[in-house]
Amino acid sequence: MAGEGEMSNVDQQSMRGFSACLALIRRDLILTFRSPGQAINPMAFFLMVATLFPLGIAPDREVLSELAAGVIWIGALLAVLLSLDSLFKSDQDDGALDQLLMSPHPLPLLVLAKVFSHWLTSGFCLTLMAPLLAIMLHLPSDAFSALMITLLLGTPVLSLAGAIGSALTVRVQRGGLLLTLLSLPLYIPVLIFATGAVNAAMQNMPYTGHILWLSVFLVLGVCLAPLAIAGALRVINE
Amino acid sequence: MNWTFFHKLGSPKWFYDISGKWLPWLQVSSLVLISVALVWGLAFTPPDYLQGNSYRIIFIHVPASFLAQSVYMMMATAAAVTLIWKIKLADMALKVMAPIGASFCILSLATGAIWGQPTWGTWWVWDARLTSMLILLFLYIGIIALRGAIHTIEAAAKACAILSLVGVVNIPIIKFSVDWWNTLHQGATLTLTEKPSMAPEMLWPLLLAILGFYLFFTMVMVLRLRIEIISRERKTRWVKELVS
Repeated sequence: MAGEGEMSNVDQQSMRGFSACLALIRRDLILTFRSPGQAINPMAFFLMVATLFPLGIAPDREVLSELAAGVIWIGALLAVLLSLDSLFKSDQDDGALDQLLMSPHPLPLLVLAKVFSHWLTSGFCLTLMAPLLAIMLHLPSDAFSALMITLLLGTPVLSLAGAIGSALTVRVQRGGLLLTLLSLPLYIPVLIFATGAVNAAMQNMPYTGHILWLSVFLVLGVCLAPLAIAGALRVINE
Repeated sequence: MNWTFFHKLGSPKWFYDISGKWLPWLQVSSLVLISVALVWGLAFTPPDYLQGNSYRIIFIHVPASFLAQSVYMMMATAAAVTLIWKIKLADMALKVMAPIGASFCILSLATGAIWGQPTWGTWWVWDARLTSMLILLFLYIGIIALRGAIHTIEAAAKACAILSLVGVVNIPIIKFSVDWWNTLHQGATLTLTEKPSMAPEMLWPLLLAILGFYLFFTMVMVLRLRIEIISRERKTRWVKELVS
């Protein structure tokens, strides 16, 4: 009987943690809908960066289709970085971050929920926009599915790894550039495997290996990054 | 087990006193080892049958690359000690090691470029090893920049410690993915002379040079650490007595 009581206690606790996460995601999404610039600006940036390449290099079909995978991925990577600056900063400004830190629920779980809602409003939107850019840059249609899969698997990793930098720079005035310096080296593996997959698909070669490695990064990120983010938030706000 | 040595190590004053005694030994031994290794390597070893005399830069390039990588590992160790035992000295070590490690990284890249010009006919190739060294430099730059941006010492210490640990988890991933990227792009890649294939008359001065560079690094680190201790502990009585 006592054992059952404990079990249900644990269950109740994890249920409460789960509903806290849902509430947090709901709150962040509502905040984004109230000021939609937060989600729209990265998408506009993504589009503009992709426009610069034909203007700056060459509008030729062959040249652009060679570059397309790299351009789209670098654009997405920079757009995610720019949107990460405000991930914890607005919560820091209005005191919501202190409430998160004092909450009885495990901080890594709450942080994971925050990163998830950030991904929904940045990486996921960028993924939805990617086919448009792929058409503009003449990416061969064989590679579309590879591009979408890599973006779906890779952009959450960008959000997770970048959130570590965002947490570390939450107290720094104008920390945007610093955040970029901290996060970009961590993004390199994702960039390599994602563009590798798209380029392989363009040459009709198998790209399952790349996709599996991106999945490994995602699993690693989901498991480890929330611990680092939570640790960073705690020590910075001590 | 007697743990007092551990507590002593954490005391800046104790370290300042004892390192003052180490310093002359470190200075003399690193100077002697590096000069012997360089004179031996540059003047007395036979030229390489393929590269002629240009390979002699190896006696600076390889030790610098060794240091660039192992200093990051030492920093990660210091970071773990900072976070787990909250030892102030470990954080000071973390702080002073970052610019030294970055300097060795730059030295390694620069000597590599100078070596690459006669051997490969170009200053830079996007070879996996070159690229991972460049990314290592980025990791160093990130840590130095983060330290400069946070003004409270405790917060900067912990933030840099976390970043160093995140970096050290990522180094194998970065290395692996850069290797993968390179092998996908160019089949047969330019490789440096592999060590087991090296003739002993070239290997010995190289090992001496590596040892000398390690001692030199320790010497520079101790020097910088002593300055950092004095500057951070300037309000304590022993430092005031020391300088007055």
